[in-house]
Amino acid sequence: MSRAEDAMTRTATRNGWLLSTPALILLTLAAAGPLLIVLVYSFLEKGQYGNVEWAFSWDGWVGILFTRDIFDGTLGLADAHLTIFWRSVKLSLMTTAITFALGFPTAWFIATRPAAERGMWLFLITIPFWTNLLIRTFAINEVLRSEGLLNTVLISLGLIDAPLQIMYTDRAVLIGMAYVYLPLMVLPLYAAIERFDMRLLEAAYDLYASRMQVLRHVILPIVKPGIVAGSILVFVPSLGAYVTPRVLGGGKNMMIGNFIELQFGQGRNWPLGAALSMTLLVVVMVALLFYVRAANRGSNTNG
Amino acid sequence: MAERGFSVSKLPAFRPVALGVFLALYLPIFTLVVYSFNAGNSIAVWDGFSLKWYLSAWENDAVKTATLRSLYIATFASLIATTAATMAALGTTRRKAFKGQTFIYVMINQPLMVPEIVTAVALLIFFAQIKVFTGYQGLGYLILAHAAFCIPFAYLPIRARLEGMDLSLETAAADLYASPWQTFRYVTLPILAPGIAAGAMLAFVISLDDVVITEFVKSGGQDTLPTYMLGQMRRAITPEVNAISTALLVLTVVLLTCFFLLTRKRNQ
Amino acid sequence: MTQKIAVAAEHTVKSFGQGKASVRALDDVSLEIQSGEFFTLLGPSGCGKTTLLRLIAGFEAPTSGRILLDGADVTELPPNRRPVNTVFQSYALFPHLTVAENVGFALKMQGRKKPEVDDTVARMLALVKMETFATRKTAQLSGGQQQRVALARALAPQPKVLLLDEPLSALDLKLRKEMQVELKRLQKETGITFVFVTHDQEEALTMSDRIGVMSAGKLQQVATPREIYTAPVNRFVASFIGETNFLPVTPTQGGARLGCGAVVAAAGEGPVLTIRPEQITVTPVDAVGAIPATVDAQVYFGTDTHCHLRLSDGERVTARIPSPAMGETGVGIGQRVGLVFAPHAARLIRE
Repeated sequence: MSRAEDAMTRTATRNGWLLSTPALILLTLAAAGPLLIVLVYSFLEKGQYGNVEWAFSWDGWVGILFTRDIFDGTLGLADAHLTIFWRSVKLSLMTTAITFALGFPTAWFIATRPAAERGMWLFLITIPFWTNLLIRTFAINEVLRSEGLLNTVLISLGLIDAPLQIMYTDRAVLIGMAYVYLPLMVLPLYAAIERFDMRLLEAAYDLYASRMQVLRHVILPIVKPGIVAGSILVFVPSLGAYVTPRVLGGGKNMMIGNFIELQFGQGRNWPLGAALSMTLLVVVMVALLFYVRAANRGSNTNG
Repeated sequence: MAERGFSVSKLPAFRPVALGVFLALYLPIFTLVVYSFNAGNSIAVWDGFSLKWYLSAWENDAVKTATLRSLYIATFASLIATTAATMAALGTTRRKAFKGQTFIYVMINQPLMVPEIVTAVALLIFFAQIKVFTGYQGLGYLILAHAAFCIPFAYLPIRARLEGMDLSLETAAADLYASPWQTFRYVTLPILAPGIAAGAMLAFVISLDDVVITEFVKSGGQDTLPTYMLGQMRRAITPEVNAISTALLVLTVVLLTCFFLLTRKRNQ
Repeated sequence: MTQKIAVAAEHTVKSFGQGKASVRALDDVSLEIQSGEFFTLLGPSGCGKTTLLRLIAGFEAPTSGRILLDGADVTELPPNRRPVNTVFQSYALFPHLTVAENVGFALKMQGRKKPEVDDTVARMLALVKMETFATRKTAQLSGGQQQRVALARALAPQPKVLLLDEPLSALDLKLRKEMQVELKRLQKETGITFVFVTHDQEEALTMSDRIGVMSAGKLQQVATPREIYTAPVNRFVASFIGETNFLPVTPTQGGARLGCGAVVAAAGEGPVLTIRPEQITVTPVDAVGAIPATVDAQVYFGTDTHCHLRLSDGERVTARIPSPAMGETGVGIGQRVGLVFAPHAARLIRE
């Protein structure tokens, strides 16, 4: 490389870093950096009244799956913890399934609208997406509660005599999360379906496929990257959900997010909370890796 | 047309399901808005139209201070985030790939990937130490935390705008004797402006909406509107919460409409 | 006009990419362009002509070699400090500025006073006949109008050299012809050195004082249009500019022997003889000095008719005959005719 050429490359690199510096400092201070502290905390001893003692300990990590008997100090499987993990995973998977079942027809519907209309329908999906999560959860709360819209309607139709108790159950959390995360499923599905070449359908019907066969053997395989993307985009925040289970699940039906909070509040077990946070982070990162791979594959086959 | 002939893109029951989804998306929000105008105390029984809950929210000092605090934090956080994001977008787009670029991307998008509760816990721990160390208890922590997680939201539209910009315009400016700074000031910045405005609006909305991180980072007496509302939901809910929600909803929709109009212009 | 050198490239090399994947876009190109000249860089896409232009403008730095403007080394000077302006292929008009603001941009950057800027802008817009559009936004202009604004903008700061990167390629045929005349006029009026890049050989021939033909990162030939057309130095130049015939020959004293045995006079040296189709006359087979051939096909082109012929050794030759002349000779497919090469038209070239 010549000197002039070299200088151009060097300036580009230097400017790239210099311009990114303020953002990097902010993110290091108030996003990425503190995660390292959480990692450190997960290996410390818990303090009497919260916080930590600066001594190395595996207790935080062991505490994820086991509890120490108060009297003899032996370790036993922590059933309560396992219940919470299982509920988190189960509810997140079910949320993903429900949002897919509802989101796929919706995305298909939008993608097959005339081009001029599509923007309007998409906007209708995006508005709730950007609306305050708390407000949306609160809105669902109003529908589900004993004197809420759903029960009022059902009773006045004579379908039920007494209000259904939905609030503060897993079902309420499930409905709430499906409601809140549905746009996250619809948007990537729409992106995949919009690129789908509708002429393939003509070819499939021409070759004697039925509607269901077309869906099963042509549409779903081709839009699969969008399905994977949408599923992970829903699964990841569901797993880490905090507000929805807190408002709709009440105190009892905790998910991992609330369980972590508990450790930093009444539980006064910061190392356990830190270890749980790290575990959640790792699970989410693995899921996101799949997402990136699916997204890349999607752009390779369709783009 | 749908009845006669065969439409290849039609799939059984998709249309009713989709329309049902749109209905289900908006019905709860709609109910919430309607009951904010309820004259009665209930959020379930309709007692006639009234603005009393808006008045009551307006006269509620806790609501007023929380609202002002929310706006204050969102303003500063979005300003800081947008400035940092604009610079980062200029540094990372439209140039030859340079060493460390991937690292910068990952860092910028990090708040989108890490579960909020994990970041919240991390900031709780970190800021607790700093609070002990410096004795400072102010809103700075919230602004800093909000600015950080707003960066990717501000970054994305700015970057999209930059990537859609004709590179030869800046080349042309340099050819016409503009120094790098003049090129930025007279060509890049004016063309980039709608993207920056869009990014700032998104950042503002995101900051305004945050519950989880704020809930963990705030010190005593630093409730923002969302954390105030979260606290209220533990108690008996009155339509006052509906009124606050509706006001916030309207603000969000207005900002988002502006955002879409700003980003749409580029495509036309 | 004195023979002053406005632009010089000295052994410039430009590689893109690194290591094995590296591509040499410019391979040791040396070139001198005279002051006040209309110089055209002609070649197919990917030949390196645009790269050379960008090196002169300063948008790229050469891997090795030097760029000189008026004798001064500007290799390491950024584009905003080079007295050179460019008309971009895409025009690159600033969408947020009006026509007048676009034209005045460079002067504003140079910190000129407003009256001076306004005055120059007015003169430039008059020069390109766009006075009435001064306050329009550039998006409201047609392609041809944008082209004129781009020209005015690049001429406004009175550059020593104006670089034009395929500026006419986006225009339709009729506009392109108009702009060719217009560009030539502007160059005459302003006396500025024009370096024009194109892949259109006709454009190059009609407008240029001199042409540099490029291929595969190398400068193949630099000469006047007439010389390029009548005396190409190699097969690439001969075939890229206009249509031509190639015949393998054995050189003899002052000429060459064709495969069929006929000996023709030809200048130059090399194993290939080239002759343009319009330099061949079709005669009766027994005409004096005619090379015997058989008519394979005729294609009617309006003013001309292309005659596809075969020599006795199987080599194919195309002759272009004015259509009225064809009627009189009355050739038909399969007919045996004679070919006569116009004097001094045949040349021997390198491969």
